[in-house]
Amino acid sequence: MTPARIVATARRVLLQLRHDPRTVALLLVVPCVLLALLSWVFDDSPQTFDRIGAPLLGVFPFTVMFLVTSVATLRERSSGTLERLLSMPMGRLDLLLGYALAFGGLAVVQAGVATALAVGLLDLDVAGSVWALLLVAVLNAVLGTAIGLFTSAFARTEFQAVQFLPAVILPQFLLCGLFVPRGQMQPVLGAVSDVLPLSYAVDAMGEVTAHTGLTGDFVRDVAVIAGCVVAALALGAATLRRRTP
Amino acid sequence: MVNNQIAIRADGLTVVRGGRTVLDGLGFTVARSTVTGLLGPSGSGKSTLLRALVGVQGGISGTVEVLGLPAGHPRLRRRVGYVTQAPSVYADLSVRQNLEYYAAVLAPGGGRAGRRARADTVERTLAEVDLGSHAQVAAGRLSGGQLSRVSLAVALLGSGTGERPELLVLDEPTVGLDPVLRRDLWALFHRLAADGTTVLVSSHVMDEAERCERLLLLRDGRLLAEDSPRELCERTGAGTVEDAFLRLVEEARP
Repeated sequence: MTPARIVATARRVLLQLRHDPRTVALLLVVPCVLLALLSWVFDDSPQTFDRIGAPLLGVFPFTVMFLVTSVATLRERSSGTLERLLSMPMGRLDLLLGYALAFGGLAVVQAGVATALAVGLLDLDVAGSVWALLLVAVLNAVLGTAIGLFTSAFARTEFQAVQFLPAVILPQFLLCGLFVPRGQMQPVLGAVSDVLPLSYAVDAMGEVTAHTGLTGDFVRDVAVIAGCVVAALALGAATLRRRTP
Repeated sequence: MVNNQIAIRADGLTVVRGGRTVLDGLGFTVARSTVTGLLGPSGSGKSTLLRALVGVQGGISGTVEVLGLPAGHPRLRRRVGYVTQAPSVYADLSVRQNLEYYAAVLAPGGGRAGRRARADTVERTLAEVDLGSHAQVAAGRLSGGQLSRVSLAVALLGSGTGERPELLVLDEPTVGLDPVLRRDLWALFHRLAADGTTVLVSSHVMDEAERCERLLLLRDGRLLAEDSPRELCERTGAGTVEDAFLRLVEEARP
């Protein structure tokens, strides 16, 4: 692992994004618009907005970073730049961590803007610390990046990569406890929900909303998400082959 | 030939892809500091052979040595420059940003001195491929010929801090270029070879053969000939390399 290569890669990814201001604007504005819409929808029952608003602060960066990363990595594979990088002294993990660093940084900004809007303007009621909320949001973004890197290995075209969103993200979204609390799910679904990373992200957000201090459950949830990030990065590194048929 | 005068040595090199034999027991050597042409029709296995030399091709048997090490050895990654047929640069970055990034991958860190060495290498390389005036332009806005020169420039970065690549592997670098540019590129290849870089260039255009010192003729994954253009013509009694190629194909027919 070479930190200078990780930083150079992150810098390059951010430079590419800077040449694409529309994508950056979409990344920052869309979650805010959706949150505003949500608070409007639940205008009559602020408690409902409190219950699902915070988890969604974690779901947005996860989804968006998954999508952006899988398309970016696919472009890297199909344009030949990946093959070129791997014929150079580039560590596979350096490349992945470079992406994770760049999109993680972007996620800090995205989650920061969305959290500020939700707590400041939309009166989202959070018992715990806003920083804990931010931490989970950023971890979710990095998780989305890591899973996106991994799944993009199975997509040959950008159409396929985009289809992985409903295939990989939506089931997690349905089972994460936002629609039906995880405790009340059918046992089989509950068991599936227990192994999906997004469930822990939503649980962690729930802990922050409901409790003032850092609870043991919160720490456990954060640890599980972090573990999933490491696992997805390791799997992603395994899909980057120097030698291909 | 003494070992240190040989840049590439292949023996029984075979590549099987999806059950099909793409390269069939190739054996050849490429001398250092020469411009060697790898010629053959499209589909003959040229790209696969080049990929095998760079160490990105799977399904290989036999031996391939590059600069005295097994092909694809980690120590070769800074000493071998490789240009694929796809431009392999970031279309949304400027030419200079592309080169700066690849230079940082080749020679990361190094503080201020490292940065200066990389910047010097980038400027020198820009001048070599005659893109100095387009350094600020996004690669995606360049013409096809300019884009392939950006890709070549990345391969010329070498160590990233001054040393040139010892071996340049170029997959059809002159396709679609205008004749003046093609002539300039061949002049650059010969200049690099005179400075000690071994240049291996693939092409499906037989008239480019005349510009090479040595030739490898490839057809259907088999080596037809390994010779200089002149010796090849003399041996086959042909007037041009294209003619010689045809005669060799006829001879090889059972």
